[in-house]
Formats: sequence, structure tokens, C-alpha cells
Amino acid sequence: MSTPELSSRPRLAVGCRLNEKGQPSRVLHMPEKALRLSGPSLEIVERCDGDRTVEEIVADLQRIYSKADPQKVKDDILAYLARLHDDRALDFVSNQADRSAGAK
Amino acid sequence: MTSAAPTPLALIAELTHRCPLHCVYCSNPTELTRRADELSTDVWSRVFREAAEAGVLQVDFTGGEPLARPDLTELVRSARAAGLYVNLITSGLPLEEARLDELLQAGLDHIQLSFQGAREESANEISGTKAHAQKLRVLDWLRTRPVALTLNFVIHRRNIDQIPEMLALGESSSAARIEFANVQYYGWAFQNRENLLPSRDQLDRSMELLKRAEERLRGKIHVEFVVPDYYAKYPKACMGGWARKFVLVTPDGDALPCHAAKMIPGLQFENLKDRSLGEIWEKSEAFQKFRGEEWMPEPCKSCDRRDRDFGGCRCQAFLLTADATATDPVCSLAPQRPLVDAIVASANRPTATTLVQPNWIYRPNPA
Repeated sequence: MSTPELSSRPRLAVGCRLNEKGQPSRVLHMPEKALRLSGPSLEIVERCDGDRTVEEIVADLQRIYSKADPQKVKDDILAYLARLHDDRALDFVSNQADRSAGAK
Repeated sequence: MTSAAPTPLALIAELTHRCPLHCVYCSNPTELTRRADELSTDVWSRVFREAAEAGVLQVDFTGGEPLARPDLTELVRSARAAGLYVNLITSGLPLEEARLDELLQAGLDHIQLSFQGAREESANEISGTKAHAQKLRVLDWLRTRPVALTLNFVIHRRNIDQIPEMLALGESSSAARIEFANVQYYGWAFQNRENLLPSRDQLDRSMELLKRAEERLRGKIHVEFVVPDYYAKYPKACMGGWARKFVLVTPDGDALPCHAAKMIPGLQFENLKDRSLGEIWEKSEAFQKFRGEEWMPEPCKSCDRRDRDFGGCRCQAFLLTADATATDPVCSLAPQRPLVDAIVASANRPTATTLVQPNWIYRPNPA
């Protein structure tokens, strides 16, 4: 597992994308695999745009799920992001320079 | 009697049987569809919409060679418009850079580029075409382009010892996945099986090598290895179970549960020109025939692996035992396993050699 830095900006890897809004279910497409997303998993992946930092995503989700224990929300998000990274669905962009280099 | 239909996940679209390559293990049926009988752009576009409505998430464009269809860009666009993830399984020819860009702009998500080996001469011998150099060019073009790439190496007796070179080729490319898939013995491959099935020694060595590569490349490149099931103890869950996940459409519009299903006598296949994909998936006799567990003989019926391998492969059962309802004979529990043992023994004779030039039976091109 590769826990992301709080300052890094997760971005869907090449060949991975969320299907469009308005479909009967939201799906994260990956080469040779697809994940159906709902609730927190969808909230997280929708924010993996290479722009928001992990820290910002955590803060957003803590706001949305304000009744849950904030530490637990954070731990769950970090673990989920690490899993998606190991599945090669996410890149963690570490700074501004990488961001512009990665934008094609 | 019949089981409720699960949701199909992927559509395998055999766009054409035409192909510039003539691979000796081609998975196409030995009876190939003619160009004149291929579905039009419009019918394919309707099939994509019907597939998405039935729950399909992904379409695999395959063939033959999908690039042989002049309307491929349009097909990519309409599959994307239907909401599908679009995967192209290709030999990489005929292709130029401009057309590649066109396909990507149309929304192509993932390319699986096939290689016949890592050495030009032997790769060209297997494909019966001088294709290898062009594949390397395509690999180079893909380096700078925003598309997911998987390299597919088809593994057999005559190239299994090239795995380190294949890995090196993969590592020098932009691929995030390398798949080493041993030949599966149907159609053309079955005819050439004596010259293709690796020996036990070769297989053991390659598995050891790939295990180490997998660890070394973890997090960078995903390495996948498909063993030849003749050497397995239990059968593969062919297609993830008959009519459970995949629907395959032939170039002329027949809907099948798998690539090889047409070899099974007595199955009636329905055509997309006559009936919608959703209806065929749910109701057609061929899809219901081996769906679920009703059809299973012993030892499958009471086996605790039956929901994992679904009794193995129906086509392989028919090919080897002449009975499509038999337990897949690669299973060590199958009464007909000796049939597979005999083929394996012949591949491991001390006289079995890779030095003599085989008399390959090459797959031809349809009219």
C-alpha cells in the first residue's frame, strides 16, 4: 500500500474515467475492470481531478459526513486512495510542475 | 429449468474476420465470415446502445483486425456515445499516426497491442506476415499519447523462452500492463497444438521468471500470466461462466456466449439483425443452455468448486470428448482427463523438439 501525501493531488490515471452523470449507476472504468461507485466512494473519486489536494478532499468529506468521526473519515479516505493507486487507477501528482507536465 | 439472466458486463465485438496476420493460434473459428456479410456501421451502433441498455459497461473491439474496418473511428465514437468504455484489441496494422490520433480523439480508452514474440524473425513466422517492425513503430507512437496500453504476448512452445526479452520490451514502453497469455487450444491453435504446447520444464521456468518480474514491477507495471489449462489441476472459469458476463457478436451479427461456441452442434444462435441484444441475452436458447448449474453432470454437480469454475469450458469439453455437457477434461476430477494427459505426454516426449521447422497450418483471410 502506498499512502498518499496530504499535499499531493490525486488524478485518475490514463485509461481510467468516471462515466457521465445521469447514467443509471456511476462507474469508474479502468482497463479490464470497472467499479460501481456510490456514496463516499463516488464523492472521493469525483474529487480526484489532479487539482484538489488529498487534504482538501478529506476536508470536503468530513464536511459532508459531519456525523462521522473525522479521524475515521480521514483514515478511510487515505486507505481508499492507496487502494486505487495500487490498482493503477490513480496518480498522485506531487507539485505544480508535475501538474502542468501531466496535463496533455 | 432456466436460470434468471445475470447482467452482462462486456460486449466482445468481432468487427471483422479480415486480418493482415495469419497467426497459427488464431482464436477465430475455422469457418470465417466474408466481408460482404459484415454488419454495417448503423447496425453496430444500435448493438452498442442495446448493450449499454442491458447493463454492459465495456466493449472490446476485436476481430480479425478491427483496423481493417474503414469505419472504426465512427464505431469508437458511437460506442462512447452509448456510454461504453472502449477497448481496442489490435495487431497494430494497418495503422498510421494520423489514424491513431483520430481513434483517440473519437474516445478510445484502452489499446491492447498484440505481439507474437520479442524477436522479429520468429514473431513473423508465427503471424505469417512481416508485422513485427510495424508493431514496434506503433509502440513508439503510443509513448507520447494519452491512452491506456496493455501489451499482449501470446505464449507457446516456440517463444516461451523469450519471456525476459518480452519483459524488456514492455518495460521500455508506456504500457501499464503486460499480459502473457498461453495459447488456448481451439480452432487454429488446436490444429497446431503439437507445435505450440510448451513442455512442463518450459512452463515451470517461465512461471518462476514471471513471479519474480511481478514482484519487481509491482506498482509500475501489472504483469498477468495465463497458464495453458492443459497443465492445470482445475479448469478455467471460461468466460467467467457461460452467459454470465460476456456476449460476443460475430462480424455478421450472431450473438454467442464465447468465441468458439459455434463448434458445439445443436445450438441455435440468434442474429442481432432479427432481435435485440437484451432479448437474445435473456431468452435465446444458446445462452440458456449452459447458464447456471442445471446442465451439470457429476462430478461437477456436487463439486464445491462449481460456482468458481462453472464446470470449465463447454467448447473444450466438446472438442476433446465430443460431448459438450461433459466435465471439462482438463479437470483432474474429470473422468476423461486421460485424453488431456495423452496430449501433455506427447508434448513432453524427449524427442519433442523446437529445432525442426513445423508444418504450420496458417489461418487464411476470408473472401
